[in-house]
Amino acid sequence: MSKINFLRPDKDNLTTFLYVGSFLFVVSVIDVFLNSFFSINVTGFLPASLSFIIPILLGFIGLYFIRIEHSGNKFLDQVNKNINTNNFNAILSLLIIFIIIKSIPPVLSWFVVDASFAGDSKDVCSGTGACWTYIKVWFRRFMYGMYPNAEQWRINLSFIALALLGSVGYFATEKFKKYLTLYYVVIYPFIAFLFIFFFISGGPIFFDFSYGIIAAVISIIIGFFIPSKFKFYYFIFVPITLYIALKYFIFYEELIELGKLDGLNWVETGAWGGLSLTFIISFFCLIFCFPIGMAFALGRRSDFPLIRYISIGFIEFWRGVPLITVLFMSAVMFPMFLPADFFIDKLVRCIIAISLFEAAYVAEVIRGGLQALPRGQYEAAKSLGMGYWRMHIFVILPQALKLVIPGIANTFLALVKDTPLIFVVGLLEIVGMLNLAKTNPEWLGFAMEGYVFAAIIFWIICYAMSKYSYNLEQKYKTER
Amino acid sequence: MDLKLQKIIPQLITVLVVVLVFGFFTYNAQINMENRGIDFGYGFLSQESSFDVQFSLIEYDGSHSYFRAYLVGLLNTILVSVIGIIIATILGVIVGVARLSPNYLINQFAAFYVEFFRNIPLLLQIFFWYFAALRALPLPQDADAMLGVFFLTIKGLYVPAFIWENLNIFLYSIVAAIIAIVVIRIHARKVQETQGKQLPVFWISIGLIFILPLLSFLIGGVSLSFEIPKLKQLAATSFKYEGGISLPPELIALTLSLALYTATFIAECVRAGIQGVGKGQKEAAASIGLNPNQVLKLVVMPQALRIIIPPTTNQYLNLTKNSSLAAAIAYPDLVLVFAGTALMQTGKAIEIVSITMLTYLSLSISISILMNWYNKKIAIKEK
Repeated sequence: MSKINFLRPDKDNLTTFLYVGSFLFVVSVIDVFLNSFFSINVTGFLPASLSFIIPILLGFIGLYFIRIEHSGNKFLDQVNKNINTNNFNAILSLLIIFIIIKSIPPVLSWFVVDASFAGDSKDVCSGTGACWTYIKVWFRRFMYGMYPNAEQWRINLSFIALALLGSVGYFATEKFKKYLTLYYVVIYPFIAFLFIFFFISGGPIFFDFSYGIIAAVISIIIGFFIPSKFKFYYFIFVPITLYIALKYFIFYEELIELGKLDGLNWVETGAWGGLSLTFIISFFCLIFCFPIGMAFALGRRSDFPLIRYISIGFIEFWRGVPLITVLFMSAVMFPMFLPADFFIDKLVRCIIAISLFEAAYVAEVIRGGLQALPRGQYEAAKSLGMGYWRMHIFVILPQALKLVIPGIANTFLALVKDTPLIFVVGLLEIVGMLNLAKTNPEWLGFAMEGYVFAAIIFWIICYAMSKYSYNLEQKYKTER
Repeated sequence: MDLKLQKIIPQLITVLVVVLVFGFFTYNAQINMENRGIDFGYGFLSQESSFDVQFSLIEYDGSHSYFRAYLVGLLNTILVSVIGIIIATILGVIVGVARLSPNYLINQFAAFYVEFFRNIPLLLQIFFWYFAALRALPLPQDADAMLGVFFLTIKGLYVPAFIWENLNIFLYSIVAAIIAIVVIRIHARKVQETQGKQLPVFWISIGLIFILPLLSFLIGGVSLSFEIPKLKQLAATSFKYEGGISLPPELIALTLSLALYTATFIAECVRAGIQGVGKGQKEAAASIGLNPNQVLKLVVMPQALRIIIPPTTNQYLNLTKNSSLAAAIAYPDLVLVFAGTALMQTGKAIEIVSITMLTYLSLSISISILMNWYNKKIAIKEK
């Protein structure tokens, strides 16, 4: 055994330093542990400030002693490399360890140990912990808003059905894979709309927008026989003409009334709320903002200056204003812009506003993808004789959209996080319901539990989504 | 001819559609306003507002005009944004650097912070701080003083106010110090380029910025005293602090949540920026004999900043726009004062919403112009 210099730990006295150092470190951790879990202050006989510093000092000396490079002890080297590279890092590591130990007992006791779960009235919540009874009692309101209790199966049924229909992509065989895009872009949103209209809202079976469907179907069928040269102009004019003809000349209102059947009980959109409303709004906004955003992204890169300036103006306008003012606009200003007898539902106005707002962000994301594509792709497509639309549909967009999936996912994440803002127009999703429940005279003083509950739900949704987008990003990274 | 027509027709159709939509809207708006007996105009801005705002940076009460109310809201918005941006930047840079730390505990801690605050809606965080966390603070009479002068109570944070005499001389001295520093820097650069000598610019600058204001105290007759808030009893159970500056809890909750939320995004920008600098750059810098501080200052930071600044600007803009969530907790910002109270009183929906939106638009555009200018300044100058 060579001479020991305690200011300079070295390999020769490895065991000595290892034992002394680990001992000091363990003592410091145990001191903090006892202090926080059992409130035993071992160093209580010392002055208050000193007893606070002692564990840090002991741990620091301990870590200093065991900081020996290339000791040959694998575990020790790992520890040194990861948490103990120098004095500064050692102190930070110690502080973090102590903070974690210190914060476990109060958090645990608030969440679980002292919390009350049982019962269904406020009386059981007398302890110092959280009152999860409050969440239990209000659970239905937080999930479904003011939707009548007896009718809530309709929401559940719709969501389960839509989730099942949405997962079709996973089970599709190779043969059907090529129709998946069509399915997800056109058919699925339509089915979703029908579900929400019939089940959640309870609309009448023969409904008012049937003209639109009939017009669309007829014009698509005729569209197959139109030479492709005129298709563009055909699809601009004919569907609208058909719609007007159907609505005012062929199936006028008396005929429609005859075929009307009563649906389920009508539940006003004002009564919708809670987490289900968050899902409904996010879903529709995603569906609408995507094509609008794509159109404006293409518009911004268009060769026609007028279209380009209009697109730039649109995008920069929506990106420059906060969502809350957009919702204000949809609530107080938008009705002024419509004919006096024309009424649009609050929820629909809200969805339109959020869709336009998010579309601007989607447009910028997609533009990024379009710009990232090498020029050669455009030139190759053009040299094959493809026109603007063919080039974009078959060559450019499939590649560009693949590139921007993570960006789109982030925008969608922002959209989900923005939905609580609809409190501005008086719709109450989960955060709005929390604020309502908080002011209920029978349940005063449980704001914390409510917010923690909502935060956990949102955190799970958003974290899962961001991880999923990260996975997608990794997947497409390797493919390129 | 055919080609020209092909170019013009789609543009014409688009413009026609846009004009028609706008025309339809204006036509309806005119009819609706006629029906309701509202006339369009911005004359109301000079009328007496007759409502009070509880927190304002400039002198304001109900006898002032609507325009003054607008200014109050605007200044409050800017106040929140500036404080929020400063805190978020400091926090974001620290967390972003911490995420790259070789210390496992530190980078996991930073990652936890980012993942935690980023995935919870901002509005929820604001509500949490305002309705849950800050409500747990003590009443004014029970509050303990922090460092003897700060009082954090349920009614807000009370900090001492500065009382200056001859403030302008003090400000002049600071301006003089800054000018001197700039001159010395230019001189030092010249010396380094011509003679290869490095002057201790950093220490000279620090000395100047302390000594000149100090001189102004000693010679210029500047004096500074603090007005420490004092507890005053209004009624048997009602207490209040007098003197000093009081920051309302709405402001604290708002800045805190905005800063904590935005800092996560800034941290990610900083991390991406530092990671974006090639490892070879650092190794090359080290191999020509720069010490770690110089590597960071002269090689890594200038390159990383170029990657960091554009997305960070976006985050600043987001923070400014998100400050409008103030309306949810009744902090009197632009949206609450102007698009809320003033709109309710005057009923001038179109005028007020358009002014509010234009204000935010111009705020966003001016920040982005400023940042573009800075970005251009530090961009690589390719020849």
